[in-house]
Amino acid sequence: MAVAAISKYDFAPADTQDKFHGAQLLYIGWEDHLLFCAPFCFPFPPTMRFGDVVAGPMKAAFGYHPDFAQIDWTKVEWLKSGKPFAPDFDKSLADNGLRHKDVIRFRTPGLTGIKGSCN
Amino acid sequence: MDMQVAKKKLGLKERYSVMTRGLDWTPSYQKMEDIYPYIAYEGIKIHDWDKWEDPFRLTMDAYWKYQAEKERKLYAIIDAFNQNNGHLNVTDARYINTVKLFISGISPLEYVAHRGFAHAGRAFPGPGPRVACLMQSLDEIRHAQTQVHAISNYNKYYNGMHDFHHMHDRVWFLSVPKSFFDDAITAGPFEFMVSIGFSFEYVLTNLLFVPFVSGAAYNGDMGTMTFGFSAQSDEARHMTLGLEVIKFILEQDPANVPIVQRWIDKWTWRGYRVLTLVAMMMDYMLPKRTMSWKEAWEVYFEENGGALFKDLARYGIKMPKCAEQIALEKDHLSHQAWSTFYNYAAAANFHTWMPDEDEMAWLSAKYPNSFDKHYRPRYEFWREQAAKGNRFYNKTLPMLCQTCQIPMLFTEPGDPTKICYREVDYKGDKYHFCSDHCKEIFEHEPEKYVQAWLPVHQIYQGNCFPEGTDPTVEGFDALGAVLKYYNLEHGRDNLDFDISEDKKNFAEWRGQATKNI
Repeated sequence: MAVAAISKYDFAPADTQDKFHGAQLLYIGWEDHLLFCAPFCFPFPPTMRFGDVVAGPMKAAFGYHPDFAQIDWTKVEWLKSGKPFAPDFDKSLADNGLRHKDVIRFRTPGLTGIKGSCN
Repeated sequence: MDMQVAKKKLGLKERYSVMTRGLDWTPSYQKMEDIYPYIAYEGIKIHDWDKWEDPFRLTMDAYWKYQAEKERKLYAIIDAFNQNNGHLNVTDARYINTVKLFISGISPLEYVAHRGFAHAGRAFPGPGPRVACLMQSLDEIRHAQTQVHAISNYNKYYNGMHDFHHMHDRVWFLSVPKSFFDDAITAGPFEFMVSIGFSFEYVLTNLLFVPFVSGAAYNGDMGTMTFGFSAQSDEARHMTLGLEVIKFILEQDPANVPIVQRWIDKWTWRGYRVLTLVAMMMDYMLPKRTMSWKEAWEVYFEENGGALFKDLARYGIKMPKCAEQIALEKDHLSHQAWSTFYNYAAAANFHTWMPDEDEMAWLSAKYPNSFDKHYRPRYEFWREQAAKGNRFYNKTLPMLCQTCQIPMLFTEPGDPTKICYREVDYKGDKYHFCSDHCKEIFEHEPEKYVQAWLPVHQIYQGNCFPEGTDPTVEGFDALGAVLKYYNLEHGRDNLDFDISEDKKNFAEWRGQATKNI
């Protein structure tokens, strides 16, 4: 039973990709940096280069944190849906296998927030 | 000659019987299932509606009389409060943000509760629950109205309350209480009664009303306090109704037990997630605290709720399993919530601030296991940065939980340094959740929750700008457009308390009232 209803119950989901004007949603969280209260939600064109996501919107969103400028991007560990993920910065989101409403996280070894407090 | 014969008066019990059970009849030319179409599909089996006991035996005429009397007293006090500029007697103008949270987050729910109980009352074939639902429905609309009236006086002087109902339907964090109640009223009548009548009104109500009403009392807000006392006798009746509903359903058929258990599990969790706002209010927004969220949870849920579920054990009902996770979260909930509003202070209808030294000390004392380790460093950093003119305003929209609609701010049970991520693939799309409990609720009825109106996604779909807005023009100010859609004025209704008109005006008016200037 996918819903309790008195009769046929068939409604479109609210957030399918076709509703985002050519963009797809990508959620990004920075591990051990809870100064940002929650992961972010971004709308990006699937053709956008992964490296451009990092250099542009991610810098704008996370750049307030003093740790951000210290990140060595070659050492960053990525997770997609909780599993290890190795994005190619030169490829597009789509070519990196990122689909609508995927969630990725990044961990920055050695950088664990304000005074190491995961903030 | 006509004799005047004194009419025989009915006794209370007879009177109750005539005026409730006597209102029922058996249809002769319509089928019962056509008149009561919502009564079977949830799987609840009722064999004898007359087994319903109404402990109050209140009839409609008596109801009107009591309520009218209470109303007269309430409005007399509200008038006195208004005429004496009672708003200037609150502890500190920061308190008024609690009132803003209440009017935009809670009062609209009273109105929806009114609709929900009217609907449930109409749906039940038994006259006992029907009359009880009718009365509660009237109580709820009365609560909505008296709250609006009591708080309207604040609206004359302070910002952020001017269009509370419009905001309730639109503002990102208000989708949390709104979607909670929408979920309940779009369920069947039995689930509605378990969700609102039992789980919310009975199990959790002390964690909602007591904090607001005693918060008002501690902080010199006579208007809100009086409203609370006026509603108290209604709340007692609602709690009794909630408990009676559960016992009645459980006694009717053993097959009802697992269904009711699932609803209790679901709605205790859903209600608890909404109480995130109350937790933050108690620990951060009341200048004069009553008790900490953690203490309130321990008294009202762990102790009182523990006794309740012990009592329900004879029906085969167990303590909701989410209680374990809630116990782990009680050291963190309010801090994580307040941090979120500090992040997104530009998009809320009330002001935010960082706790001062005394308040930090209070938080350390109340939360010895968590505050100094996890939250103090965060606040001190924010405070230092704000002092340097670099106040942190988070401008990127957060990821939301598909079920409770709260930003994904909750940490893993047992590890307060890691955000808790859960996800489900359903019909080719991904759905994300803040917890195992929100995920399970989705998995049970995915077709319902895939339609969720998630504020962040709606903004990105372009549905949260005023009509005629073109988001493709260069330099488009998305936040500005969203605030216009919310009917919030940037720099006036939002941002920090320190720079607010509220703070400035309150100081000036109180000065006029207490000094010779």
